[in-house]
Amino acid sequence: MTDLADLTIVAAGRGLRSGEFSSVDLLDAVTRRASITEAQLHAYLTLDKKGARSAAEAADAAFADGKDVGPLQGIPIALKDNMCTIGVETTAASQMLAGWKPPYDATVVRRLKDAGAVVTGKTNLDEFAMGSSTENSAFGETRNPWNPDFVPGGSSGGSAAAVAVGSAFGAFGSDTGGSIRQPAALCGVVGMKPTYGLVSRYGLIAFASSLDQIGPFARSVEDSATLLDAIAGWDRFDSTSIDGAVPNFSGSLDGGVGGLRIGIVSDLMGEGIDTQVRGAVSGMADKLSEAGAEVVEVGLPSTEFALSAYYLIAPAECSSNLARFDGVRYGHRSNVEGTTEDMMSHTRAEGFGPEVIRRILLGTYALSAGYYDAFYGQAQRVRTLVRRDFASAYEKVDVLISPTSPTTAFPVGERSADPIAMYYSDVCTIPSNLSGEPAISVPIGLDDKGLPIGFQVMAPSLGEELMYRVAAAVESISEFTKRAPLASSEVVAP
Amino acid sequence: MTAWEAVIGIETHVELSTKSKMFCGCPADIPDEPNTACCPVCLALPGSLPVPNVKAIEGIVTIGTALGCTINESSLFYRKNYFYPDLPKNYQISQYTFPVCEFGSLIVEVQGEPTVVGITRVHMEEDTGRSTHVGEGGGRIQDAEHTLLDFNRAGVPLVEVVTEPDIRSAEQARAYGAELQRIVLALGVSDAKLEAGSMRFDANVSVRHVGTEELGTRTETKNVNSLRSLQRAIEFEIDRQIAVLEDGGSITQETRHWNEDKGVTLSMRSKEESEDYRYFQDPDLLPLEVSDEWQSLVRESLPELPAAKRARFRAAGVEAETAELLADNLELASLFEAAVSGDTNGKLIGNWLTGEVVAHARRENMLVSDSALTGSHLSDLAEMVEEGKLSSSAAKEVLNAAMDGDGSPRDVADARDLLQMSDAGEIEAAVDTVLAENPDAVAKIAQGDSKPIAFLMGQVMRHTGGKADPSIVQRVLKDKTAGDA
Ligand SMILES: [Zn+2]
Repeated sequence: MTDLADLTIVAAGRGLRSGEFSSVDLLDAVTRRASITEAQLHAYLTLDKKGARSAAEAADAAFADGKDVGPLQGIPIALKDNMCTIGVETTAASQMLAGWKPPYDATVVRRLKDAGAVVTGKTNLDEFAMGSSTENSAFGETRNPWNPDFVPGGSSGGSAAAVAVGSAFGAFGSDTGGSIRQPAALCGVVGMKPTYGLVSRYGLIAFASSLDQIGPFARSVEDSATLLDAIAGWDRFDSTSIDGAVPNFSGSLDGGVGGLRIGIVSDLMGEGIDTQVRGAVSGMADKLSEAGAEVVEVGLPSTEFALSAYYLIAPAECSSNLARFDGVRYGHRSNVEGTTEDMMSHTRAEGFGPEVIRRILLGTYALSAGYYDAFYGQAQRVRTLVRRDFASAYEKVDVLISPTSPTTAFPVGERSADPIAMYYSDVCTIPSNLSGEPAISVPIGLDDKGLPIGFQVMAPSLGEELMYRVAAAVESISEFTKRAPLASSEVVAP
Repeated sequence: MTAWEAVIGIETHVELSTKSKMFCGCPADIPDEPNTACCPVCLALPGSLPVPNVKAIEGIVTIGTALGCTINESSLFYRKNYFYPDLPKNYQISQYTFPVCEFGSLIVEVQGEPTVVGITRVHMEEDTGRSTHVGEGGGRIQDAEHTLLDFNRAGVPLVEVVTEPDIRSAEQARAYGAELQRIVLALGVSDAKLEAGSMRFDANVSVRHVGTEELGTRTETKNVNSLRSLQRAIEFEIDRQIAVLEDGGSITQETRHWNEDKGVTLSMRSKEESEDYRYFQDPDLLPLEVSDEWQSLVRESLPELPAAKRARFRAAGVEAETAELLADNLELASLFEAAVSGDTNGKLIGNWLTGEVVAHARRENMLVSDSALTGSHLSDLAEMVEEGKLSSSAAKEVLNAAMDGDGSPRDVADARDLLQMSDAGEIEAAVDTVLAENPDAVAKIAQGDSKPIAFLMGQVMRHTGGKADPSIVQRVLKDKTAGDA
């Protein structure tokens, strides 16, 4: 018999409605799974057992009353710990916010609660979402469910690992330079970054405001679309959110790729991309072509500079966004004797980890008088070029495809001493953040180490429906149904 | 030695009196109890985001339009980054390039001499919280034992109006400040209370020799909070700078602050150690769009500005200084407007309003608005005086009575028997009688001695029981005695 924790959201929803099991049963299943896997994986920072329990009971009561607010009612979902949850510790994996309980819910959280979802807890991340391996967490790293000697990717590594291992049916993360798609690829799940502005950022602890977007992790493309349906749409608390009609994404999966023009990004298929990853991606491209798509090579020449531009823009914005952590109103406060200024600077030195400090310094420098134009100004010009590159590509093709990550998961510790190597992990995902366009990672196979390979589908602004249609085709062609070995309930806890 | 000339530019912060703050829904009308008008946004809690207040944008567009500015259809919000405990985000949302309004002007008059002051820009920003430094040091942060923070004011919409360095004297600076305050009040967008800090000035001052084009090194005197202080601070700064330069010294570019008690400006920090604000466009906010339609809506609903009002009052015969007093006082202005039409004596009514009416109200400890005085009282009174039916002292008595609610001027004048004899025929008859009774006096006048005229006037007044209009008596007397010569 299948462990309930291994069901997709759609299948779990069917069982809830047929009365086969209850929301409390689903919660028990993921809690049991977590109790087996957490010691090794550390996907969660906080398990809100009490809150989850009462939400599950409320969902069951609603079902009993004949109330049904939609496909997430009664489904246990995890949240990256950089989204504010009222009364539940929200830390961004930083000592700076250890113990901080927000007095308000992020818009995404409120919408999930309104949709009847059961929030299981808060998942681990690189501190303030800065990193690509979830090793930068102030509270210990998360491990890859396929092999705990490897990283799960990052920064939303906890959410990716939880969904891969079955300690949540779905999860949400934030993607600033690939922080959803890259860990999804490394953990063998579906991870999606929406068009900038499709999902409200209100209540998401900002890393780089012009790049951050919240998006779902799921075990199927259909689940991913279902999760996005619940959170997408204009929010009056986020003036960068898009005011307009939102399509029904989970209803946009059929149709296949017949007649579509698909561009494979040649600039993301060359040197620096692992040969097995490259092979799997071009193999999939061939199959898409067999399925009726017209697959052509497309160049995105500016991707060469995109990484550098990103590592100026994101730190610049973060240097300002993180200025509010000063020990005055909330969070860590240094005990140092001295002036207010001493208190503020010691608070920041004590509260932030090394990667966060590195980026704040980098960003402060990039915005300084006399350097602004050479760094931040130049990076903004590259950003314009990236947008232009995408625009001209989309004149020729409907969607673009590429690897999600240049490599599969790497061993824990391998890149933590080499920031540049770590930064390179995001080379395939960053362009979509700079352009603000949607992209999804779908698992398509394993490499010879048994680690998952992610396949990226990118679409023009607000092209989520088309993106999902292609992703669904990729999913069905790949027949990737393998589950992370730690997900099996037969695996005994170490 | 060539004379010195001051070059002055003023930056004015005006807190808008909107219902809510600039970027959140908290009340902008600050409660007394500290930290009771705060939310995740204005406390800069993690994850919170700003959403612009449309009413505040309307306020700044109104100010910009009144100052004749170009309104940018699209303007940008920037972050001004600096660390200070009462600045919750440790950056202030402000504007940098592309402010909402640019290139305006304001005409100020000092002793009838008009000067055009260019308005460089009018931009939108948010206010900070308030720090209270507690300890021995008399409220200075350096000496405080601890600091209390109140974030009620954090995020209140603030408009900054920046002038060109077109001002040449402390008097002009004061006149500029006063006129800007009048405009803001007339627009109803701020209570513009200088003493409460809802309007405050920074003065940029430098000096140079008359005839030179190059600007001297300037200092910025911050947070001056009265018109009198503005003038005094600038006067002090001009004198100080001239003294330094004449002594062979040089001016340091620095921020200074005005010490009201000592009447001096003091150095706060020099520009060398000043901060790099690392301005960059705020990624949380979209460009601010002010459509043509919105701009014309604002333009059409603009009230009459103080300068236009003064001009209108002057055109009605009011003297310049009185026109200014009238235009500055809503009550008096509306009484004036109700009283004056066509060829009514505007000068007379203006003088009454700014003189006797204000004085009587003060004597009686009442508000002009609480008195019974109406516009038609004033116009009737003016007509009676014009017709010679009331003497000017009787007019004052009638005016006071009308304010006290004793009735209309005509009724009061009747009841108190104050009406003058103004019928020329009656007066002529009385004059004829007096002349006939005093041939000696008439003869003296005929010989060129004008002294007896006063005596004859007195006789006529006695004859008429004091009710003859003296101006008419005098005219008739002169005519008749001249005619005899
Ligand atoms: Zn607020």
